[in-house]
Amino acid sequence: MNTTAGLPEIEIKGVTKQYANAHAVLESMNLVVAKQEFLTIIGPSGCGKSTILKLIAGLAFPSSGTIRVDGKTPQNARETISFVFQDATLLPWRTVEENIGLGLELEHVSNDWRENKIAALLDLVGLKHVARAYPRELSGGMKMRVSIARALVTNPRVMLLDEPFAALDEMSRDRLNEQILRLRAEQNWTAVFVTHSVSEAVFLSDRIVVLAPNPGRIHAEFRVQLPAPRTSSIRTSREFDAIVARVSHTLRETLRQ
Amino acid sequence: MKRHVITALNAFAVFAALVALWQIILWVFHVPRFMLPSPWAVVRAVGARFPSLVNALAITAEESAGGLVASIAVGVLVALLFAQSRWVRKMLYPYTLLLQTVPIIAIAPLILMWMGAGIPAVTFIAFIISLAPIIANTTAGLISVDENLVHLFLMHNASRSQLLFKLRLPHAVPDLFVGIRIASGIAVIGAITGELFAGSSRVGEGGLGYSILYASSQLQTDYLFALVLAATVLGFSFLFLVMFLEWYFLHRWHESARAQEAE
Repeated sequence: MNTTAGLPEIEIKGVTKQYANAHAVLESMNLVVAKQEFLTIIGPSGCGKSTILKLIAGLAFPSSGTIRVDGKTPQNARETISFVFQDATLLPWRTVEENIGLGLELEHVSNDWRENKIAALLDLVGLKHVARAYPRELSGGMKMRVSIARALVTNPRVMLLDEPFAALDEMSRDRLNEQILRLRAEQNWTAVFVTHSVSEAVFLSDRIVVLAPNPGRIHAEFRVQLPAPRTSSIRTSREFDAIVARVSHTLRETLRQ
Repeated sequence: MKRHVITALNAFAVFAALVALWQIILWVFHVPRFMLPSPWAVVRAVGARFPSLVNALAITAEESAGGLVASIAVGVLVALLFAQSRWVRKMLYPYTLLLQTVPIIAIAPLILMWMGAGIPAVTFIAFIISLAPIIANTTAGLISVDENLVHLFLMHNASRSQLLFKLRLPHAVPDLFVGIRIASGIAVIGAITGELFAGSSRVGEGGLGYSILYASSQLQTDYLFALVLAATVLGFSFLFLVMFLEWYFLHRWHESARAQEAE
C-alpha cells in the first residue's frame, strides 16, 4: 500500500446525463472513488450503470456537472484509465499476444518494451501457452483474461469494468473474480466495476453503490468489511451471506418504487 | 484427403451423367447437329481450333482480370472515402447503386464509342460492372465495426489513420472478399458482353465474346460450345483463385474460411 491510498481518484459532482428528448439517464449524481478503492455499481437495467463508466472514461459527456479523474478531465486522464467491456472485444485477426499489445502499439511504445510487457502479462494471467492462438480458438473465460491483460498492459491507475463476466459460466466467473483480486493486490489500481450479480459485487468490493432507475440515482451504499485476503472460502462464510442478503434486499427495493 | 477424393469423384460422376444425358437426347430426339452438336464433336472442335481458342481465352482473361483488379483498387479507395463520414456516404452512395442498376449491355456501346473498340474499352466495361459489389461490401465492412472496439481505440488516443488501418480495414477484409467473389464472376460476363460489341474491330484481338458471335453466325455450333466451355472454365478459375486467396488470408481467424475448410 502506498501513502496516497484513500485520497480521491475519481470525483463525480452533480452530474446529470440526458439524451436529446429523453428523460435523464442520471440525475445529480455525486460520487467519489478513493485511490485504490474497489467500488462496485449495481442496479436494475436502465439505471445508468454503464453510462457512469463511459462518463469516467470520457467516451460520453455529462449534460451538466463535472467529472475529474486524478484532478484532470476524463479525456486528459485517458492514459491512466483502462476499460474492460462486457464482451471480450478482441480483434479476431490478431493473436493473443498481438491483442494484448494493442494499447502499447497505438501509443507507439518501442518493440522491446512492448514484448517484455506482453510476456509479463501473459505470465500474470496464465495464458503463455496460447500466446500465438487466435481469439476464436479460446474459451469465453480465456478471452476475458486476454481482455483484462490488454487493459492492464498500459499500467492503468483506474480500471473500469462493465459487466466483464456476465456472459461466463459460474465456475469461470468465480475463478476470474479471484484472479481480479489478486491482480489488484499486486498492482494497486482503483476499480469501478459494474455487475448484476450481488455475490460477485460483495466478493470483490470495498464499497457497493446501489442505483435506482428512472432517473438513475444513488439509492444506497454499503461498505464491505470482509477480511483480506479474500479467498474462495469466504463465499461460504456467514458474514458473506449476511451482506449479500442485505444488498439483495436493497436492490429489490429499487424495483418496487 | 480421402474426403477430397470422394468429393472430386462425386463431382466427376455428375459431369459424366450430364454428358451421357446430352448424348442420349441426341440419339432419342434426332436433334440436328447445327442446333446441338455431340459431346465428341465439341471435343474435336477444341482440338482442331485449339490455338485460336486459347488466344480468345487469353484475351478475355486479360480483360476481365484487368477490370477486376482495377475495380478492387478503385473500389477499396472509394469505400475508404465512404467510411470517413456518414455525410459523404449519403451524398455519394446513390451513385454506386446507379452503377449496379445500369444495364451493362446498354452502356457498352457508349463506352466503345468513347474509348474506341479494343482491349482497353472492354477492360473498362469489366471494371465498371465489377465495381459496385466491391464498393458496397467493403463499405459495409468498414462501417460495421463494434462500437466498443472504436471506444477501445479512442481510449488509447488512436489517430484517424490508426482507426482506419488497424481496425476498420482489417475488419472489412472478409467483406471485401465477398465482394471480390461476386465481382470475379461478373467481370468475365462484362468482358464477354463488351466483346460482343467490340471485338470485331481488330484482327486477332477478338476474345471469347467476339468468337462466340462469329461461330454462331457461321453455324459452327460445336466450336460455339467449345467457346462457352472456355468461358465457364475462365469464370471458374477466377472463382477458385479468389476462394484460395480468401482461405489463405482468413483461415486462421475468420469463421467463413473455416466453414469452407470443413466442407
